[in-house]
Formats: sequence, C-alpha cells, structure tokens
Amino acid sequence: MSRAGRGSLPALIFLFALLVLWQLGAMEVNAAYILPTPLQILRRLWELRTPLLTVHLPATMTVTGLGLVISLALGLGLAAAMDWSPLLQKCLYPVVVASQTIPTTAIAPLFVLWFGYGVWSKVLVSVLMTFFPITITVYDGLRSARGEMAELLETYGATKWDVFCKIKVPCALPYFFSAVKMAVPISIIGAAIGEWLGAQSGLGYFSRRMMTQLDGAGVFAPIVLLSVVAMAVTGLVGLAERRIVKWRGES
Amino acid sequence: MKALEFENVSYRYPGEDFDIIDGLSFAVEPGSFHCIVGVSGCGKSTILRMTCGLLKPRSGRILVNGAPIDGQSHYCGYMPQRDLLFPWRTVGENLALPLEIRGGYTKAERRELAESALEDVGLAGCADKLPGELSGGMRQRAAFARTMLAGSGLLLLDEPFSALDFLTRVSMQEWLLDQWERHKKTILFITHDVEEAVFLSGSVLAVAETPIRRLAEIPVPAPCPRTRACLTRPDTVALREELIEMLREQVKP
Repeated sequence: MSRAGRGSLPALIFLFALLVLWQLGAMEVNAAYILPTPLQILRRLWELRTPLLTVHLPATMTVTGLGLVISLALGLGLAAAMDWSPLLQKCLYPVVVASQTIPTTAIAPLFVLWFGYGVWSKVLVSVLMTFFPITITVYDGLRSARGEMAELLETYGATKWDVFCKIKVPCALPYFFSAVKMAVPISIIGAAIGEWLGAQSGLGYFSRRMMTQLDGAGVFAPIVLLSVVAMAVTGLVGLAERRIVKWRGES
Repeated sequence: MKALEFENVSYRYPGEDFDIIDGLSFAVEPGSFHCIVGVSGCGKSTILRMTCGLLKPRSGRILVNGAPIDGQSHYCGYMPQRDLLFPWRTVGENLALPLEIRGGYTKAERRELAESALEDVGLAGCADKLPGELSGGMRQRAAFARTMLAGSGLLLLDEPFSALDFLTRVSMQEWLLDQWERHKKTILFITHDVEEAVFLSGSVLAVAETPIRRLAEIPVPAPCPRTRACLTRPDTVALREELIEMLREQVKP
C-alpha cells in the first residue's frame, strides 16, 4: 500500500497544483455561474448532499449497474461467439464496429421517445457506449490464447469446449479485467448522458437542472460525485483483479 | 510387436509443392530409447506431430502397438519444446490436466496421481506452487511428469531440453535416462544436438536427407547405464564425428 502511495504522489501533487490554479483563476474571473471555484463546488456538494445521495446517486447507479451487467453479458457473448465461429466473426465484427459510429448523444432523444422517461432509455445509451470496449477487448483476449497450448491439449484428446474452458477463458481473464476497468467509467458517463437528455432523476438530470438555474457550482457538484464513484469502483475492480490474476506478465 | 511403426508415410505442408516426409518407413521396438537427429527444419518434428495425431499423413499408415493410430486415443504422451505449463494453474493442477481431459477421475484421485508423479520426478511438495516459481529444469521435469500422466508406454519428446542452459541440460539428460530405466517406456526423442543424441539413445535415427525418405539407424556402442564418461570413449567420439559430418553435408552455406 505504501508503495502504491509513493507511486501516486507525483500525480497527487500535480492534481493539487491544477486545483490551486483553477481556484486562483476562477477567483480572478469572479463569475460563479460560469466558472465556480473548486471550494465553491465542494461547499455546494455538501449543501446538496441529501438530494444527491438519497435520490439522484441511487437513480444513476441503477442505470449504470443495469447498463454494465447488460453490456458485460452482451460483450462476453459476442466475443465468445466471434471466437467460436469464423463465420459469426465475419458477420458480427463489422456490425459491432459500425455501432460505434452512431453519435449516441444525437439519437438518444429517440430512445426517450421509444422507451419513455423511465430507466430503460438511459440503460440503452449506457449499453450502446459500453458493450463495444468489452466485446473487442475480450475477443482479443480469447484470440491471445497460444496455439501450442491448444495443440498440447488436443494430444490429450481435448474437445473444442475443453480448449475454450481450460485455455481461452484463463487467457482472456486479464483482458476481461481491463475491459471492466474501461467499462465502469464509460457506463457511468453513458448513464449521465442519458439522464441529461431526458429524465426525472439522476445526477445527469440534476446537473442539467442546476444549469437552467445558472448555478455553476451545482452543475459541477454531481459531476464530482460521479468521478469519485467511478474511481472507487474501478479501484475495487483492480483489487479483485490482483487477487484473481496472479500470473499476469508471465508467458 | 513394434511399439511404433511408420509404413510408407508421406506428408506435405499446405502451400508447399513437395512432400517433406516422402514414403518414410521405420519401426521402434518397445522399451527402446531412440533419438531422431537432424538439422533444423528438416521435418523431424513433423514425424512426432504425425505420431501424436496433430498432423494427418497424406498417405501411408502409422501403427502403435500393432494397431493404426486412427482408432486409438491416449496411446502416447507428447512433450513439446516449450514446457507449456499453464501459468494460471498450480503445478499439481497442470499435471492433472490430461486426467481431467480423459475424465473418470475424481478431484482427489487426480490430486493423488499428480502428487505421486511429482514425487517421482523429484518435485515432491511442489504441487501447490505456480509454474512461475520453478526453475527451468524443474519446469521441464514437471512437464515430463505431465506427459507421463498423459500417455501410455510411448513418449514423444520434441527437443525438451534445448532451451535449458548447458549444465542444467546435462543433469536433465542423466535424469531422463534414469527415468527411462525405471519406467521402461518407449521414448522417441528429437534433438539437433549430436552429443545429446549419442548420450541418450540406444540407437540414433539420423535424418540423412531432406525430404525425409528414410532414417539411418546407427547403434550407439556405449553400454547402459551410461555416465558422461562414455562420451569420451574413442568409439563414441568416432560416432559423434561421423554424425556431425553427415549432418554438415546437409547445411552447406
């Protein structure tokens, strides 16, 4: 732990310097509705803690959680399917890539029309943004399995399923964790964007409401909360990874 | 009955216009130790890969214990050049792999078999270590133990010691001879190292030409059990030089 602390010390100092710069700059501009200072944002965060933590954070986390679970299921399923069959790979891969050329924010209002102001229109935005990195990364992980190992297993009489379970899945595991670490922040952003475009609760929605009231610090406060949550969850995934993937870096 | 028999076997790699193995016939007695020695890329690994079923011959028949290999399974243990221990499995779990694939063993039985195999190769108490914690020689011994659990009487070893440093290789060769004498397996061992071939084999099977049409069987005069002192006897030295001469002709610069 102390080693990790020392490693991130330069980052912390740099971040602190940036915040000081921001604070001084914002004090100079002196227009809190455009550019609030970090201290004003923190104060606002504290003032708004009850609605933020009891109403809007749980709403956003519901969307994020659902989005992440669906993205994982979809991404792992697509990756496994593409790895299993070259034909499926040829069919699916271009579609998966094409799905990322859709400007999500532009068509998200349509999702609201289709699915209403409830949770599912936001989940769809989150999934659309999140499943892609999971699919591609896990697919690469499955492909990274070495042919020699599969051959060795074949000489033992292994089936394709044995090779998948005993070689491909373990080989893809480090990639899977990288994918989840990428997916967590993206799914949160996706949820916030969804809420920003049309919702009745959630941190994205709250941020937008503060915008209409020209409350600069109120716009930033939920965003700070989102960042902290994203970093915390990513950190937890990293901890789980270190417990499970002990062989990383070894051939 | 022969432990292994090639009858007029040919093989051609996809995209090539010649047979790298061309009408090859040879036979191996049960309980013998043969080294196939040949220059790099001559196709000696192809012989082993066909024997273990990874490659299908274009024509001809391969028989193990008198029966064609097509209808058989678990008739040989194949050990490739790299130890290929799975880094995410403990050494014990690695050894259990062939048993898992074959099925019919409980977890406790697999563990027991793996532990006794480890003890047998001098790695007692290493079952719960990860492969990354073992040295190069220990990893090869673990891989050998896994090969023993995979197969029956026929072991196919494809340059298993070529990645080891010299001193480790020397002691692994002595260790392998000891294992062979104790377990009475039939061993087919591929190497490009003439000294290794002479030290290990009852008779050397030399690849005299490429494509491989025949293997020249050259008996090694030294008695068993062997020590490294055998390598300095005049007749073994002469044999070594003869083999080196024969192989050098094939690698003209």
